[in-house]
Amino acid sequence: MAKLYTQEPSNSEQLKPREETVSFLLNYSKALKIMPIGTKNFETFIN
Amino acid sequence: MLPLNSNVMNTKPLSDAQLVNNYITGQESALTQLINRHQQRLYGFIFSKVYDRDVTEDIFQDTFIKVIKTLKKGKYNEQGKFLPWVMRIAHNLIIDFFRKNNRMPKFKNKGDFDIFSLISDGSSNAEYKLIDQQISDHLYLLLEELPEDQRTVIKMRMYQDMSFKEISENTGVSINTALGRMRYGLINLRKMIEKHNISLIN
Repeated sequence: MAKLYTQEPSNSEQLKPREETVSFLLNYSKALKIMPIGTKNFETFIN
Repeated sequence: MLPLNSNVMNTKPLSDAQLVNNYITGQESALTQLINRHQQRLYGFIFSKVYDRDVTEDIFQDTFIKVIKTLKKGKYNEQGKFLPWVMRIAHNLIIDFFRKNNRMPKFKNKGDFDIFSLISDGSSNAEYKLIDQQISDHLYLLLEELPEDQRTVIKMRMYQDMSFKEISENTGVSINTALGRMRYGLINLRKMIEKHNISLIN
């Protein structure tokens, strides 16, 4: 049987953030509301 | 009739600047696209500096938290350079991380070249100190074999660090004579070293 000489993709493709990290960021972005009041910004989280 | 969504009709991917604008106007999916587009490059950049998966995750997360806050506050100044801006935030966070931990990235020694061989505190180790001491002792013994006038000049010059002017004043000879005695003294020392096959090289 012919040998397969193809290589596994290098681990550079695995250099990605974990799904949990990305989903945390997206949820954080959705929950964060910034309200400018006067000269100050107030951050609120809507869960 | 429903208005046509230009995003659907247009197959060309949106630029970073357009996505940032969409995000600022409240379109959360634009952030997903931005993260998906740049996550690999940013993650790779951070990992190449810290060599630790968990730290990379933390810095990646903190970077985007800063990005999100800045965009939501409307403080982002769009100049068509979203990725370099994000990379700079990550770079600053990496510096903060190293400052906090008070350490620099580890160098991995690959084969014949070792970076640590170039880094030293400048002092010799015990072996070299011992060799230096032995050489000084041997040289002192050889000096004792020289004629009195030559030995005196060499000792004053090398051990007492006197100038030839001072030597001439102390020995009562001219500067040229002192120079000549020094020269002959060194020639005689070399001759003795060659004759007895003495190695004084450290």
